[in-house]
Amino acid sequence: MTTAQQPQPPTASTGPARTEHADETHSSPGLTNEELIRRWYQMVLARKIGERWFVLNRQGKAPFVITGQGHEATQVGTVAALSAGKDWVVPYYRDLGVALALGMTPSELMLNVFAKADDPNSGGRQMPAHWSHKRLRMVSGSSVVGTQLPIAAGLAWAAKLQGHDAVAVTYLGEGSTNQGEFHEGLNFAAVQRLPLVVVVENNGYAITEIQTKEMAITDVADRAQAYGVRGAVVDGNDLIEVHRAMQIAVQAARRGHGPTLLEAKTYRTVPHSSDDDDRRYRTREELDLWRARDPIDRLRKHLLEARILTSEQADELIAKATEELRGAEAFAAAAPDPDPTSLATHLYADSTTLPTSSPP
Amino acid sequence: MTQTSIAEAIQSAHREIMRDDERVILLGEDVEAGGVFRITNGLLDEFGPHRVFDTPLSEAGFTGAAIGAAIGGMRPIVEIQFVDFILPALNQLISEAAKMRYRSLGTWTVPLVVRAPYGGGVHGGLYHSQSMEALFAHVPGLKVVMPATPTDAQALLHSAVQDPDPVIFLEHKRSYRLIREEIPEPLPSVAIGQAALRRDGQDIAIIATGLALHHSLAAAQQLQAESIDCLVLDLRTVLPLDKPAILNAARHTGKVLIVHEDHLTGGIGGEVAAIIAAEAFEHLDAPIQRLAGPDVPAMGYHPALEQAFLPNPDTIAQAARSLAAY
Repeated sequence: MTTAQQPQPPTASTGPARTEHADETHSSPGLTNEELIRRWYQMVLARKIGERWFVLNRQGKAPFVITGQGHEATQVGTVAALSAGKDWVVPYYRDLGVALALGMTPSELMLNVFAKADDPNSGGRQMPAHWSHKRLRMVSGSSVVGTQLPIAAGLAWAAKLQGHDAVAVTYLGEGSTNQGEFHEGLNFAAVQRLPLVVVVENNGYAITEIQTKEMAITDVADRAQAYGVRGAVVDGNDLIEVHRAMQIAVQAARRGHGPTLLEAKTYRTVPHSSDDDDRRYRTREELDLWRARDPIDRLRKHLLEARILTSEQADELIAKATEELRGAEAFAAAAPDPDPTSLATHLYADSTTLPTSSPP
Repeated sequence: MTQTSIAEAIQSAHREIMRDDERVILLGEDVEAGGVFRITNGLLDEFGPHRVFDTPLSEAGFTGAAIGAAIGGMRPIVEIQFVDFILPALNQLISEAAKMRYRSLGTWTVPLVVRAPYGGGVHGGLYHSQSMEALFAHVPGLKVVMPATPTDAQALLHSAVQDPDPVIFLEHKRSYRLIREEIPEPLPSVAIGQAALRRDGQDIAIIATGLALHHSLAAAQQLQAESIDCLVLDLRTVLPLDKPAILNAARHTGKVLIVHEDHLTGGIGGEVAAIIAAEAFEHLDAPIQRLAGPDVPAMGYHPALEQAFLPNPDTIAQAARSLAAY
């Protein structure tokens, strides 16, 4: 039950002046009908994989999982504005949808949840959802929040110094924007005018803490003003709006106009992780309110109304996602586990041969 | 013959490295104007604003940016103004740089050098005098060097920048202009992880770092007159430690005195002693001794407080005398 004393649940922003509003046609340049269908399918698949991860955890097959159900429009919509394999991406642990939309295969994602030796992210060293992939230029992150911001700034800096037109994109939750490194990294990127886009997936909670306990402002994007960079707020549950806002930010970065802080208002419809019980800190009514704004349902509705997709085709795609997931899981479950004797590999480039000096 | 100081040697190394490799960039507070120790004097003029960068006063931010730039194909050298100010960047160095190769199975690597002046004797008080090598030596994934001579400083900076992994490069600030020598041409190559035998001897092995190395050599000179023959080993790198050189020194003399300026407890001397105790115990003729700064937070500002903290040739000689008499 929501009472007057309780903090209000987070809502999709009606927005400050900088908000990118939907236009009448509800479209975004660069998002063709085929692309919209492809991105909707990725949202469906990301959702299904996240749900499956939780089931595997409850079955005792994955000691820990962390996922991002509810964030799919933000994650897939931002990636849709990137040049995969050229732009640098530094995600955080919520970003299963970012990884999938960038090009990580369902099989790779399932290798990750089972912490298998062939998991391209970390080969079983990190907890699941700590993304890393060479071909996708997705740079490994730690579990320490906020550290990725200066690193992403540095990747953008390298691209600029090398004369490449790649941009760097990093993702974080609104809670992480309270870390010093968020501010230091954004300031550095602003001073050097770096091609950086910082995507804040504002789901209103830092684990159990509602946003009003995290900060005294409503829009994280307001923090951009302090550093002289653009801030924008977007409805993070609307893939088309997310793509539009992201495309503007990416183009500005690519054209040398510096960083953007893009805040997507969204909601995670699952606990923080498999070790969290969100009934401790939020009502089922609040959850229902956000389920009614489900990003996958919203895009499906648009696709049907705009006659881009039929209901039957949508059902077929959902069935296809289920099938794809099943195959990926079977493949990954049978893959080899990490070799315990590999504990010391990849410590240094020359980790097996320490130099020695001659005796006195 | 030209006597080159450590400060000049490090500056020369920057010039050579930046001429050789366009990927090398230099960043830090006040480096465009030469830095507070004038190490980077003239580098902006020679290499321009696309190679030499003043940063915001923001150690975590610019160290993190250097990590990202290193992953992205650059070879950054970060100058931290005083090692005492590096603590905000520890999250970046320990959580990120040190673990990047390991956690990505070698996909992403951080060829980064972080230079930082350390050590006392310049009236730096609590926050401009500390030694922090032990803090970094406890972090697998980093390498930690602390050259004590101009030749080593110049050569090891080359090695550090060429190294594919993050290197913490510690420079004793009192030694910058105090220690001079003729640097051989061509510059010798010094590998990270190699100790150097500075003086051979039969009775006691003194194992030291940084300015304490020079104090140890002075002590050894004093003790020669008393017929105490000291071997002096310069660790040069504290991660990884040169175990064979340490063990050889211990086996050769049977008595070991470890000297460092950093305070005693948890200092690198404990690790050196443990290596010797574990692997050269049967060669020892006396308990391993350590002479180090006292276990107080840092050295005081007043010269009397500063001198009371620091090891010097006399205190080292006294410790060696006691050990010789054991």
